[in-house]
Amino acid sequence: MHELSVVASLVETIEALAGEHKAKSVTGVWIKVGPLSGVVPELLESAFEMYRKGTIVESARLSIEKTPLRAVCRACRVETERTDYAPDCPACGSTDLEIAGGTDLILERIELETDEPVSPAQ
Amino acid sequence: MKKQLYVLRDILGTNQKVAAEIKAACEERGILVLNLMSSPGAGKTTLLEKLAERLAGRHRMAVIEGDIETERDAERIRAKGVPAWQITTGGACHLEARMIARVLPEVSPDIDFLFIENVGNLVCPAGYDLGERLRIVLLSSPEGDDKPKKYPKAFLTAQVLVITKSDLFPHLPFDVERAKSEALELNPGLQVFVISALTGEGLDDLTAFLVASREALRAGHA
Repeated sequence: MHELSVVASLVETIEALAGEHKAKSVTGVWIKVGPLSGVVPELLESAFEMYRKGTIVESARLSIEKTPLRAVCRACRVETERTDYAPDCPACGSTDLEIAGGTDLILERIELETDEPVSPAQ
Repeated sequence: MKKQLYVLRDILGTNQKVAAEIKAACEERGILVLNLMSSPGAGKTTLLEKLAERLAGRHRMAVIEGDIETERDAERIRAKGVPAWQITTGGACHLEARMIARVLPEVSPDIDFLFIENVGNLVCPAGYDLGERLRIVLLSSPEGDDKPKKYPKAFLTAQVLVITKSDLFPHLPFDVERAKSEALELNPGLQVFVISALTGEGLDDLTAFLVASREALRAGHA
């Protein structure tokens, strides 16, 4: 349960990017979260609600995409994708799984509101 | 005017950057950094006390302790003659690289081992790299042999598993082979040690492994 510190880190990154691009606010935030990221998307949303006030993301919409966990069964070699972590192979029931991916905790994209229209260099 | 910005950046990237700096600074000096994580009460501090006794005279170590509150763990380590710093997180469930970076300037550069004892928690600490070369996860026999798959991230990201309190095996329905195989199915590369701080079982093997790991680090940076 450390979603609040993840959000603090997220907002810190976004504030730096917004500063670099001279944005007056951030209107959208898209992130990707895997089942082995160590955070729960629903709790991340709550933490974002708690934290946003007074920050650059105060009025931003947060979109969370849940990325799948990929696992290869070492017994039957079947590869599966699932959005929740489970310790057994859905094909043969073996618990001997090789886990590949699923630890994503990624800021994919933000939408910025800038003051002036972006014009070509004069 | 709205503008889309593709970022594709790890949300904990700042932590990873600081962790990489800690790792580079310590390894350049030949310091092996270890991050110990487990549930509360699995025996992290007791293991460090035992390692302090075994390394004394031959190797120098320092310890950074992470807890929600109190100096108790650091005091226990200092009582063994080992320098220790206590980080009290005041509620935070894990240590972050920046907390370590703040303490690091006070730690002598002439040490061989820097042990970081994380906050007792098998979930959150696993998400934060502290600059360690070896991540050690401890599992004590009273916790049960089914924990690795219930808390996969800690076991997936560790290099070493230490099963503690082996002296209690006769009294518990704990199947050490099941605990090992659960952990190894998740992470086949894990080095597994079974220890008892009370009887001393396994402590010499673990100490020898740590000393060899530190020698390998020094050889790599010679």
